[in-house]
Formats: sequence, C-alpha cells, structure tokens
Amino acid sequence: MSTPETDLATYNFAYLDEQTKRMIRRAILKAIAIPGYQVPFASREMPMPYGWGTGGVQVTAAVIGPDDTLKVIDQGADDTTNAVSIRAFFQKVANVAVTTKTREATVIQTRHRIPEEKLTEGQVLVYQVPIPEPLRFLEPRETETRKMHALEEYGLMHVKLYEDIARNGHIATTYAYPVKVEGRYVMDPSPIPKFDNPKMHMSEALQLFGAGREKRIYAIPPHTKVVSLDFEDHPFEVQKFAKPCALCGAHGVYLDEVILDDKGGRMFVCSDTDFCEERREAGHVGELGVANKEAAE
Amino acid sequence: MSLHTEALEGGFASPVLGAQATFRALMDAMARPGTTRTAGSNAAPPHPLGVAQGAVALTLADHDTPVWLSPALANATTKGWIGFHTGAEIVSSSAHARFAFLAAGEPIPDFHGFAAGSQDYPDRSATLVIELPALTGGPTFVARGPGIKDSTQITLQGTPADFLRRWAANRAFSPLGLDIVFTAGSELMALPRSTDLQALGG
Ligand SMILES: [Zn+2]
Repeated sequence: MSTPETDLATYNFAYLDEQTKRMIRRAILKAIAIPGYQVPFASREMPMPYGWGTGGVQVTAAVIGPDDTLKVIDQGADDTTNAVSIRAFFQKVANVAVTTKTREATVIQTRHRIPEEKLTEGQVLVYQVPIPEPLRFLEPRETETRKMHALEEYGLMHVKLYEDIARNGHIATTYAYPVKVEGRYVMDPSPIPKFDNPKMHMSEALQLFGAGREKRIYAIPPHTKVVSLDFEDHPFEVQKFAKPCALCGAHGVYLDEVILDDKGGRMFVCSDTDFCEERREAGHVGELGVANKEAAE
Repeated sequence: MSLHTEALEGGFASPVLGAQATFRALMDAMARPGTTRTAGSNAAPPHPLGVAQGAVALTLADHDTPVWLSPALANATTKGWIGFHTGAEIVSSSAHARFAFLAAGEPIPDFHGFAAGSQDYPDRSATLVIELPALTGGPTFVARGPGIKDSTQITLQGTPADFLRRWAANRAFSPLGLDIVFTAGSELMALPRSTDLQALGG
C-alpha cells in the first residue's frame, strides 16, 4: 500500500470516521434482515485502490473490534501482497490480533475463496466484491436491475446459463456462479470458484459482502439456504480434480495449477495455503511433497 | 440532576468502542434471531429508556436517521438526550422514522404507520426498538428462518396479545417490512422480517 504514514497519523479506530461506520452498520443490519438483497451505501475513499477490495475493507472496519482476531486471504493464500497489506492495515489502525489459521479467526476477509475448513458460529466471513449485480451483464441500467430483483424476474439469468449449455454442452461459468438466497434474491457470490458455492449453504458463519466501487453491501445470515442456479437436465456441479494435492495429498479441495519449469512441468496444489500447511505439519504428504521431518519422527 | 445535565450525560464511556461493541451485539442478534445479547453496559440513558435501548440509539442514530419516540419517551429529557448524543431529528410522524423507540408496557402502534421500504429498496424501512419487561417468561413462540438452525423457542414477556397475527402480516409483506429489536435492561434480541413465528404447537 502506498499510503504515506502521515495520512494514517490521525486515523480513528479502524480508520473510518464514526458517521461512516454508523452508515455501514445500518446497511449491514438491513442486509442481514433481507438475505441476498443489495443494500446501497455511501462508499468512502480508502487508502488503497478499488481493486484491492475497498468494499470488504470498509465492512471489516465497521465490524471489527479490539477483541477480534483477523485473517485475510487472497486466492486462498495469506501471503499475497493484497492479503498482507490489508492485514497490516488493520493491525495498524485497529491494533487487532491477526492469524493465518482459519479456526483462530473471528473475522476473515477474503478475495476469491472460502476456506476449506468448515467455518463455525461466531465467525464472520467478509467478501471483497468487484461486481455485486449478478444481472449487470444482462442489463446495464441499475433502475432496471432493481426492478428485476423486485419482481423476481430472473428468467434472463436462466436463459444466459442455458445458452452456455447450448454452446458448450455444459454451464461454462466457473467463477462468480449465481446463487439464489433463501428462495428469493439472486446474488453474485463474488469471484469465488463455483467449487466454493456449496460452502455458503447453511453455513454456521455470518457472510457479509462489500462492493466499494459499486457501493453495495449484502449478506447471508448463518443457516440460510443458498442454491446455485441450475436446470433439471443440467444440475449444478462443482469442479473435480483428477489428482489430490501434490504437496499434502488432500482430496476434495480446490487446487491451483503451479508451473514448475519451462518444459511443461506442473503440479496441482491446495489453493488454501493454511489448510495445506496444516496437513503437511500433521504428516500428510502428496506425491511431490517432502515429508515433514518433525511429523515423521 | 437538572434536565439539562441529564441530557448531556449517560453516553458511552468510550464512544468509539462502546458503539463497536453494541453494533456487534446487534449484528450477532440480527444474524441469529432468538438469541440474547448484552449491550450498553457503560451507557446510562435517562429513564425510561433502557440501557440496551439507549445504546442502540447511540450506535445507529444520527442526523441521517429521523427518530420517533413513543408517548412515554416523547419528553424533553429523552428528546434532549437522543438529540445531544446522536444529532438525530425527533419526528412526530412515525412514517418518516428510520428508528422508533417504545417504552415498556406501551401499546405497539399499528405497523402500517411505519416505513416498510419500497419494492426496489426494501432496506428503507424502519427498525423498531421496543423495551419489554423481560426477554423471557412470556408465551412460547417457535421461530424459524434465516439465522436459525431448524427452529428455536422464544418467550418474550409483554408482547401484545395479537402480536403473532401482526408479525405474520409483516412477514407476508417480505422482502418489505419492519425489523424489531426487543430490549430489556441491558439485554437485546432481534426479530428481522425474515423470521417466521408460530405459537407453540400451532
Ligand atoms: Zn495441499
């Protein structure tokens, strides 16, 4: 983050001023009361570019308190520049404890993934959302998409997915795969892989979504129905991987491709780095992994 | 204590952290209807505003949110306290209020008198903050809906006899509708519009 020290010298707790926090907090409460509905809010400038997840950062700033432990992930990893910067930001402006362990965190801010470890009651998952409106690519006008949500006119969305099937033989959408929340609002789950969609359904954690540029906050309360849109003859399916994680041997997790050399060598490893590390520490070894000496002893 | 000083005192000892803690209690309560949270332990709103009830006002109300006060609360002291600590405008028309505060034992006015939001913007609805004698010990209602695993029982004390019918009418309006925060002293419980309430065995 390029923020000069002086800009942060006079910050309020968690950076945002109290009036902004109140406005965001009111939006969060209404968002929880109307699951999947996008509540407009007056997004503030944050000391980072929009692409860095300012919506998520503002939600986290309005929620977080001195007793919280924060985890920040980007593409499943805690150590990318984006994740490290946001974590450092909250350490500085809110003096909160931070962790990379999913189960130790009370607030998890995320871009692109839901942790593999099942989230629990008392945890809040905050998503950074670039484009909150699932109907935007079908209808550019906000007044029209509002109306479509109000009238539950989601036929166009199904047409789009069905065109996918006609063209490719299957639904080609693999990220930001639209869901219907509690049988009412169609919602963009942010650019997580559709692999993660089932984790949103009946989660024990509260899920909050913040879009900074488009100024929207939405939510999925715990124990709420979240169904990925599909068709009877083409039911929703998550990505499957041919092999387990090359480092820790985990099955049934989301894997990233890693290029090993310029001769086409590659491997597939857990995208959730905390999950992978913990498995390796526990002695699990994949086909390209190195046995953990301590665990092996 | 004079009327004037009473209005100036009784805010959060630490406004920033007090508001954060109260919001967190509210957020958790709204996300898990039927559960009870504690709020406002270091706020001292003027009687008959409850401690948690006053803390909700301090946490959420400001000059962007007109506030309606029930007859028992619409006195100079309470108006002065909310006005001084939050900057919110006190309105006499309930339809214009974003927050409505009601004292224990008062009749709950017709829900239709409050903003329920619009089809395009169902979030532009009022939140009622209703003080009760206690959040337990009353008739048993079975609650279901988002935030509730299977079902849970609540026993709010002091809700009107026709509350279930009125709540069902509010819920039938969903996604429009009111949301309620019930308070009793330093405790609060939320009832978002999404929660279905039935009489036990009903
Ligand atoms: Zn792994």
